[in-house]
Amino acid sequence: MPLHYFESMNNPVIRKYVSVDNRSVKVNGTGLLLNEQGADFGEFMKQIYHSCSISYLKFFKMDPQSKLGFVAAKILLQDDDRDRFEPEEKAIVLANSASSLNTDEKYFESINDIPSPAVFVYTLPNIVAGEICIHHNLKGENTFFIQEESDIQFMVSYLNILFNTTSTRKVIAGWVEVDLADNYRAFLMDVEKENGGESQGNFTVDFIHQIFKL
Amino acid sequence: MEELKEKLKVQLIAQLNLEDITPEDINSSDPLFGEGLGLDSIDALEIIVLLQKEYGIKIEDTKKGKEIFQSIDTLAAYITENRK
Repeated sequence: MPLHYFESMNNPVIRKYVSVDNRSVKVNGTGLLLNEQGADFGEFMKQIYHSCSISYLKFFKMDPQSKLGFVAAKILLQDDDRDRFEPEEKAIVLANSASSLNTDEKYFESINDIPSPAVFVYTLPNIVAGEICIHHNLKGENTFFIQEESDIQFMVSYLNILFNTTSTRKVIAGWVEVDLADNYRAFLMDVEKENGGESQGNFTVDFIHQIFKL
Repeated sequence: MEELKEKLKVQLIAQLNLEDITPEDINSSDPLFGEGLGLDSIDALEIIVLLQKEYGIKIEDTKKGKEIFQSIDTLAAYITENRK
């Protein structure tokens, strides 16, 4: 059955979205934190960590991609009612183009000496999804797609399939990437399934294209 | 031995990315795992790598790890006895 069959069968709603890149952190398109000093990745992640009053020591042991996804998800879900859905009804679907190559390369360099186990455990792209699931108690679908570029049409179709054919009622979805050149971008959405009603869902390809560019 | 303990604290903080923890925060007799510094199994592997890199010590019998890694005190005593 073609993916587009599932479009518009439901009324998923984007409740909130967050983007993090080397310039700023934005929530629903509005700047929350600016990287005015041009801090490097590690410093900027620390600034976000402290400014959001995050207290999670494991954060400092994560690889860059997991740090990026972790802070984005933390900001996305900081005012979320954790108990509104069952853990099994909450899913995560992420994508990027560079997989975990940034960390893979660091691990590859380390094997000339004694390889680091702490780096090795992050040599998969979906580890960032696991870190987010552990911290926010998400036990539903857990998927990470590698795509040449962000494919919003595919993401919308995939989430609609989840909402329509499984018990999923909430999905953390989006793009998390730290590439080989250390460029980074996270864009995460909190998408929830509306229970009936005629609401005008904002979960559309056009709308996501707009907010992804902000 | 005291000098080695202080050096170990600095090395552990760096190797294990223990952000916001200073050597003064670590009591030499406190447990490293569980209730103490809250280290996990990956940290244990990193400590094994640290011993090999910095002190030329290979832990052949993994069963001994629990004893050796109990605290900074036990770690320093093991290094003193076995360093090359």
